[in-house]
Amino acid sequence: MRRRLTTPARFATVVAAAAALAVSGCSSSGSKTTSAGGSIKGQTITYWASNQAPTVQDDVKDLTPQLQKFTSQTGVKVNLQVIDWAHLQTKILAAVSSGEGPDVLNIGNTWAASLQSTGAFLPFTTSAFNAVGGKSKFVAGALATDGAPNQTPTSVPLYSLAYGLYYNKAMFAAKNLPPPTTWQQLVSDAKALTGHGVYGITLEAGSYTENVHFAFIFGQQHGGNLFNGDTATFTNPGVIAGVKQYIDLMDVDHVVNPSDAQYTEGTSTLGDFAKGKVAMVMNQNNANATLSADGMKPSQYGVVPIPAPSPLPSAGKDIATFPAGINISIFKNSQHIAADEAFVKFMTSVPEQEVLGQELTTLPVNTAAKATWTTDTALAGTFKNILANQAAPLPLTKNEADMETAVGNAITPLFAQAATGHVVTASDIKAAMEQAQAKMPAS
Amino acid sequence: MSTFVVGTAPPEQDSAGTARPPGHRFRWNWRVATPYLLLAPAVLLELLIHIVPMLIGAWISFINLTQEYIQSWTSAPSAGLSNYKVALNFSGPVGKSLLHSFVITLVYTLVVVGFSWGIGLATAGVLQRPFRGRGVLRTLFLVPYAVPIFAGIIVWNFMLQRDNGMFNQLIVSDLHLVGTRPFWLLGNNAFFSTAIVAIWRSWPFAFLMIMAGMQNLPNDVYEASSIDGAGTWRQFFRVTLPMLRPVNTVLVLMLFLWTFNDFNTPFVLFNNSVPPSADLMSIHIYENSFQVWNFGYGAAMSVLMLLFLLLVTAIYLPIARRRSHSVSA
Repeated sequence: MRRRLTTPARFATVVAAAAALAVSGCSSSGSKTTSAGGSIKGQTITYWASNQAPTVQDDVKDLTPQLQKFTSQTGVKVNLQVIDWAHLQTKILAAVSSGEGPDVLNIGNTWAASLQSTGAFLPFTTSAFNAVGGKSKFVAGALATDGAPNQTPTSVPLYSLAYGLYYNKAMFAAKNLPPPTTWQQLVSDAKALTGHGVYGITLEAGSYTENVHFAFIFGQQHGGNLFNGDTATFTNPGVIAGVKQYIDLMDVDHVVNPSDAQYTEGTSTLGDFAKGKVAMVMNQNNANATLSADGMKPSQYGVVPIPAPSPLPSAGKDIATFPAGINISIFKNSQHIAADEAFVKFMTSVPEQEVLGQELTTLPVNTAAKATWTTDTALAGTFKNILANQAAPLPLTKNEADMETAVGNAITPLFAQAATGHVVTASDIKAAMEQAQAKMPAS
Repeated sequence: MSTFVVGTAPPEQDSAGTARPPGHRFRWNWRVATPYLLLAPAVLLELLIHIVPMLIGAWISFINLTQEYIQSWTSAPSAGLSNYKVALNFSGPVGKSLLHSFVITLVYTLVVVGFSWGIGLATAGVLQRPFRGRGVLRTLFLVPYAVPIFAGIIVWNFMLQRDNGMFNQLIVSDLHLVGTRPFWLLGNNAFFSTAIVAIWRSWPFAFLMIMAGMQNLPNDVYEASSIDGAGTWRQFFRVTLPMLRPVNTVLVLMLFLWTFNDFNTPFVLFNNSVPPSADLMSIHIYENSFQVWNFGYGAAMSVLMLLFLLLVTAIYLPIARRRSHSVSA
């Protein structure tokens, strides 16, 4: 005869089941081991890297030996995660709002001011700067983008990049064209080179980040500022003229393949350039890595600054780029601050800047490091000059990240409109900018 | 129905049936308590995962939550009803785009639900009688519903690319049906692309539910109707459909709610840049909150969407129930 469970036993099983279910739902938060200024050896930190190499897997391949070098030098293990650009901002947001995130992370340097305002990142006070090697070791132009003016920065530069106009030397030589020095020349060169299945220039017209970058650059060329302090001014005539100059390439000048409106990755545009389907592409200098991967030799292309219209529109400036790049930040509530600072010091040190600069084709942020991203000294000189003389920083306001999404996502549908055969007028652009401006938080 | 007895009470009966004087110790009545205890974890999790976040979302719609305050939400300044005012101001840019998104989503939902239900019904009808290969066909038809969402939709993204996609290859290069290569993921065609992908995913579910419903229909009604001289179509409209009403009521409501809320299809098909013609409400809200870090707006729009769907449900269910009562009466 089977015994039925007695009442106490029944009670125990039900409670145990309920308790097990409740406990399984709770995750145990990491144990708080504060290192009281002692040795950092044996700690493990989590590092979120951004996608700098042609693919995420390439980033892992490039970074892992350097991280192992760091571990052998300091005894600190690094847990690496490489995150693609489409998701990096969202992941950072989730980490900031939940308080659970990595210890160290890369950020787009244009987000520095916005992320600074969240208050979630370690402020780089004098002592923190000293812990990572001193403020003076950083290149001044790169350092200028690390936060809102008159506030303690919460990130330091890691990689430096600038936009340039890449052109196919053979295609230009075949038409006896010198590389363009004014915007008008760029358009006429592109028209001369368009035909027989080849287009003059390719654009990553589906990518909101690229679109906002060029809105800024061309806006500056037409004297238009995106912000007045913290207030958005997307509808000012200079910005609209700049955006129109950009979109006109597709629907008025007809030098861009309409299919480019679907391009959301740099690999698409650079792939077209490498295969000779287009004669020009505007890209940051880390294009070299992708072009080599696609089989294009550095001798086959040249780079000039992105030209401005000549004569310059009133209040316009000859701007060819903003100081692009990647900064590195430490989460304020990280349990391993000393180890994180050691890691940042390592990544921004001369040997690492030279190794990673060569692999990821970025310019060094350390004044003592050599530019190793290219063996072509002329090319290196071109980009160094662009950064020194023709660069203006993207607005250093806490609303910058919102601006990037709002403006970028306003321009992408305009390209779609241009691609499907409907010419984009200045009033279309103004309407789109008004919508974008309305999405900005009221300051 | 016995009530849950807690605390001191008038004379209780213990399991032996003998009366006892009221005591201070309260006694569990196991037969009654066990079901509630077994339900407790489910209720707790439902509260934690659904109800509490929904209430927090509603609270967020009344505050000005931007990136400055996401570290500690309670310190965000109150926005009162201003988020709602902006969302419902149809002459302002944000309100106008919300209204546009709402209309697009409504049309999209009606199209997708209509076609999914129609194709599902037709297929279930055809597959009712056994024939060779019926099992294989049934399994094949369920594949779009069973395939993981991302994998299924990303394949459509590749197929609909303008230059390299299989679809344009077929209709332009192979069959020469059109001269110029159309865009399927940009412009107005994006609406049809999204609708077709959604119908592709949803109709197997409708098919499955209706199949199950049809197999429970009694045969004698059909025999009686064929004796009375009813042909196949008449049987279908006068016998099958009315008897399927309970199934269809629930099915159409579920399809409506799921399709209206559809985030996966536009998100995977278009990634971060959704064309205006395919700007469904879920992704519109996502782009206006997560992407610009303005959660107050996003929460307000979500609450408005929730209220609309509750309204639809509240109107639909009594009407459907009343009609099915009149049928069976």
